[in-house]
Parts: sequence; C-alpha cells; structure tokens
Amino acid sequence: MASPVGIFAEELVDVIQYYLGWLLTIFKDVLDLILESVGGILTFPDPVPFIFALILISLLITKRLVLSLLIGAAFYIIEWMGYWDSAMVTLSMVLVATLVAVLIAVPLGIRASSGEKANPVIKALMDFMQTMPAFVYLIPAVIFFGLGAVPGVIATVIFAMPPVVRLTNLGIRQVPPEMNEVADAFGSTGWQKLTKVQLPIALPSIMAGVNQCIMLSLSMVVIAAMIGGGGLGGDIVNALSTIDVAVGFEAGLAVVLIAMTLDRLTQSFRENGA
Amino acid sequence: MSSGIMKRRPLKAADDKVHDFLTTGIGRVKALIRGSVKGFAKEHRPRSKNGRTAKAIFAEAQSPTDEDGNEIMIQVKKLSKIYGRRPEEALALLREGKDKGEVQSMTSNNVGLYDVSFDIRKGEMFVLMGLSGSGKSTLERCMNRLIEPTSGQVFIDGLDFTSLNDEDLRIARREKMSMVFQNFGLLPHRNVKDNVAYGLEIQGIPESERLERAVASIELVGLAGYGDRMPSDLSGGMKQRVGLARALATDPDILFMDEAFSALDPLIRGDMQDELIRIQSELGKTVIFVTHDLDEALKLGDRIALMKDGRIVQIGTAEEILQNPADEYVDRFVKEVDRSKILTANLFMRKPKNILYETQGPRTALRMMDNCDRDDMLVIDGEKRLIGMARSDGILRAMNAGDRDISGIVSDVPSVRPDTPMSEVVQIMVTTDFPIPVADDDGILLGMISPSAAAETLRNGGGE
Repeated sequence: MASPVGIFAEELVDVIQYYLGWLLTIFKDVLDLILESVGGILTFPDPVPFIFALILISLLITKRLVLSLLIGAAFYIIEWMGYWDSAMVTLSMVLVATLVAVLIAVPLGIRASSGEKANPVIKALMDFMQTMPAFVYLIPAVIFFGLGAVPGVIATVIFAMPPVVRLTNLGIRQVPPEMNEVADAFGSTGWQKLTKVQLPIALPSIMAGVNQCIMLSLSMVVIAAMIGGGGLGGDIVNALSTIDVAVGFEAGLAVVLIAMTLDRLTQSFRENGA
Repeated sequence: MSSGIMKRRPLKAADDKVHDFLTTGIGRVKALIRGSVKGFAKEHRPRSKNGRTAKAIFAEAQSPTDEDGNEIMIQVKKLSKIYGRRPEEALALLREGKDKGEVQSMTSNNVGLYDVSFDIRKGEMFVLMGLSGSGKSTLERCMNRLIEPTSGQVFIDGLDFTSLNDEDLRIARREKMSMVFQNFGLLPHRNVKDNVAYGLEIQGIPESERLERAVASIELVGLAGYGDRMPSDLSGGMKQRVGLARALATDPDILFMDEAFSALDPLIRGDMQDELIRIQSELGKTVIFVTHDLDEALKLGDRIALMKDGRIVQIGTAEEILQNPADEYVDRFVKEVDRSKILTANLFMRKPKNILYETQGPRTALRMMDNCDRDDMLVIDGEKRLIGMARSDGILRAMNAGDRDISGIVSDVPSVRPDTPMSEVVQIMVTTDFPIPVADDDGILLGMISPSAAAETLRNGGGE
C-alpha cells in the first residue's frame, strides 16, 4: 500500500511514458547508437595494441612515464585475468555516461552560478538526485527504456551529474570579482566573459567535478548491471548469485584498476590546467 | 628502509626527466600545430551586430570646452549612488541636508556618492583622493558604469554616457576607455602577451595584428622580452606594468586607474609613478587616478579632488590644496600626512642624566656639576616636573648668599614637546648652547636632545 506520495510518483511515470514515450524511444535509439559505436571503437583493436595506444595517450596527457607504464600494466592484468570484453563494455558505458552528464551538467552549473533565482532550485534538485538511493532510479529507467545498457547509462547520468553541476557553479562563483570587472571594463560580451575569463579560471574546479563524475559513474555502472547493463557489473552480479568469490574478486579488481586509471588521467588534466 | 628510498630515487629522477622532456616537446608540437592551423583559419572581425564603432556613437556629440578654452573630456553632473532598497527615500533625506550617518541610521541605505559634479579636461591627470569609504572608487566605477549610478549623469566627449544601451556601452568601453586595477587583475591562464592583447581580442582584431600591438604596448611599459611569461612568474611591479600595458594596448582616450599602485611597495611605487608620468607626457591620455595616498596625489595629479563621505570636499591643483585647504577636513588630511612624514623630537631624545632637584643645596649641586664636568644642568621638582636650568655661576651666588637650596637661582629654559618636529628643535638649538629638554603636557621631563642628535637630523636633510 503506497501513500499519495508514492501514488503520485507512479502516476507521473505513467503520464511521462504515455505522452513522451516517442521522445524516450528516440532518446534510447540515439544513446544506443552512441554506446555501440564507442563500444565498437574500444573493442576494435586487439588488447595488446590497445594497451600500447593507452600508454601513449596517457604519456601525452600525464607526461609521466612510470605512471603510463603502470596504467598499461593495469589493463594488461585485466586482459590476463580474462575480463577484457566486460571491461570494455563497462568502460564505454562510463565514458558515454560521463560525456552526457558533463554536457548537461556544465551548462546547468553555469546557469546556477549566474542567478540567485535558479540556484536554490538547482541545488535542491541536485540534493535529490545525489541522495535518492541509486537503485530507485533503476525502476523508472526500466519502465522507460526496458532492460539493457541504455537505462543503466541514464540512471548513471542522473546519479553522477550533481558534482559537476555543483563544482561548475562553485568554480564560477569563486572567480575573483576583480576578474569579472576586468572583463566588463574592457567591454566583453556575456559570452566572451564566460569563455575567456570565467570558465578558464573555473576549469580546475570543473575538472575536479568531472573526476568525481567518472568515479560515481563507475560505481553506478556496476549497480546498473542489475537491470542487464552487462560488463564487469554483470560478472559481479553473477558472482553474487552463485557465491563465486574468485570471479567476484577478479571482476571487482578490474573495476578498481579502471577507476584508478581514469582518476589519474583526469587528475593530471586538472593539474596541468589542461 | 633506506635502501628502498635509494632504489626509488633514480626512478623518480628518470621519471621527472621524461616529464620535463615530454612537457617541452609536447608544448612545441602544440605551438607548431596551432601556428599552422592559424595560417589556414582567417579570423573574421565580429565588431558588433550592427557594425557600430565608438567613433559612430560619439560622432553626434560635441565635446564642450571650459571657460579657459580647454576641451573637456568628462563631465560629471549631480551624480549620486545609494546602496540599498529605497534609494529615493535616502536621496530625499540627503536633499534635506542629512549626512551619510543619519541617512544610514534612518533608512539603512548606504550613501556611496551624493551630488558630485565636476569636469575633467582632455589630457588631464585627475586624481580622486580620500580615505577608504569616501566614495572615490565608487565614483570612478560610476564613470565607466561598472557601478550604475542611482541618479545624475556622466558626459564623455559631450555624450550622455549614462544613457547608452548595453551594446553601445560595451563598444564605448572597448574603444574609448580602459582600466588598471588595484590587484592587477591579470588573467592567470594567459601569458603576458595574451593578457595585454585581451582588450583587442574582445574587439575582434585579428591575432597577428593584436599580438603586434600587444608587443608594442609591452615595450612601452618597459617589459620587452617578457611576453611569453605567465603572470605568476612576475613580481608585483612587473604585474602592474602588464596591467598598464593592457590598458594602453587598445589606445583608449581615457584611462581609469583604481588604486593602481597601492599594492606595491614604496620603492616600486615611486618607479611606477615616474613611469606613468613619462607615458602620460608621451601619449597625453586623460587619466582618472584613484588613491588614498596624499603624496601620490600631489605627485601625479594635475588636479586633485578630495572626497569625504561620498562628496567632493575640494578640487584644485596640489598647490591650491596645500596652501588653501577648503575646510577643516582637508586641512587635517594635509597635516596628518605631513606630520607622519616629519621626524619628531621623541625619536631623538635621550634619557636625562645629571639632573638637579630644586630642593638640593648649592654645595651638592656644585659637586655634581664638577663630577660630570658641566657648568649647567636641568632642574626638576619632586614630581619630575621641569623647573628650568641652573648655571654654575648662579650656584656660586646662592652659596655666597647662604641659600638653603638652589630654587632661587633657576632660570627659564626653552623646552619642546615629544611631537615637535625636529626642524623646530634645530631652530631652537642654534640660539642656545645646551641640550633641549623634552617635556610632556604636564611639564614632566621625558628626556633631552643633545646638539649631536640635532646635527644628525641636519645631515639627513633636516627632517623634511
């Protein structure tokens, strides 16, 4: 028996599905396409060339040889344990979820920073999104998008977005007032002020948000496996249902290695000021 | 444990070497790619939507002249700025003659400026001076509308600047004026060249041209060769040179400088003032310079406006203000700054030794004088108040007359206060040949100044 609050939520989901179902279908197809192409790119090369390419990319980003070699080793371990395909599915879900989250969150953060009216509303929304238990998102996600990777990514986006919004908002608000005066005194338009002064100065803060977003995505991607997201999360869910310690630990370790790799890469983006 | 560290060190060193190598290498490749991309991409010049320039905006207006025939660049007319919810109420109270404090307590509105009017001539260095909270920065920001005035007008080149719409305001700011900030306001993510070129970039001037003009501007402020440095690599003085170069790069008619040199240490500040005077004489800009430092105002200002509580108390040249302070506030301001500069007596006095009490007998006094080889000594009473001076011949007379103490033969002596300027002390000293006593308001003897101390101040320029 649900109270009016629960009944309202249920009705809302019904209404959305009834009237906006077509939009959701388009949305699903587009996301599916993106997910498949990213997955395709990631699984296109064999593991060993992929690892060499990864080492090279991390050299370019971090400019640290030892760290890059360790990242290569981490991915080699994933391959050696036999979780390469699962890992690539998880990685593509994380990348797509982060991309979508950042594309939505950064403009939202900018909006929140520019007005006192929007800020409390967005703040409350973020609190809701971040603290509502992650499993709850899975229910409407399944209703809207069925089973599979797409509802998993959607739920992940909702869960992982708030830190980017918050830290973008904070970063822009912390731009010294004198910097805003500089932009105005030289006759900048609002767009010039945003792109040439505020965003560059707020970039370290925004990148910290992106880093958080990736970490949250990874943890959520595993939960999303409950609705058929697949990947390493799928392996873990299977291991749980069969009480298989070996598989559970190996798949879990693979998640940790991917998380550390992505963390180090985004962190050095932040330190180098990108 | 130590072997572990030993093993890690060469690895770390090698890693650092690779890091440096890659950083410079990738930087070079990036620059190469950027250069070649720029070769292909021609930047368009997005002036403004309707292609207006400052020239077009100001074309209709005619710049007025004052009674001496000087062209007037900026006219401020009855400008007021009230912070708070009910500015009209506050303005009405101000019109009734209430002052800033009364308005604040009655309406909780803060008066930033009230009824400010003045003209600034073309090519003039105009200084706004006052203590913090006097409204000088508010006034400057109302003139370029970084702060919107509550009422009143600002005319620039005869055009009502306060009535411009946002688009025209932006264009006017881009081409007509620029600003130098107290904390430099350099963009931390841009190197010196790109910082200086910021105003030109905003105008949509192509990269090659704007960098050329930026380099010329950097040379003008004496920073040639620093174009590729980041602001964080520069000292305070150099940073403000960059700030000045950025303001000059757009070749504006008007330069707003907000406490531009206040964050610099005194030596560098002096250099920058000289530099500004040099540049000003070369380029003939109209400069509005805000400062709280009277010396800076006197040195830089063709004319100075002294502000207090959001109003202008006096406008005039440095000479006029020093010679003829308009009211008590200006007078005190001028004196206060003066006094802090001048060396005062208390800095040079020594603890008085060899003093006589008026109750001592003539024989004791004579013996003490003999001991310290002097023939005059200061005399005080039991509460250390200065009575005067006793000379040896006077003491001999007292002895012969059979006096019980020396109080009868004490003569007056000129004394000074601790805050008396040394220049005055020296004037007294040349008329006498003994140490000058220093006494406080109650006449208590605090110390004395010997001729040698006075000579020291003379050597150092007489305490000016």
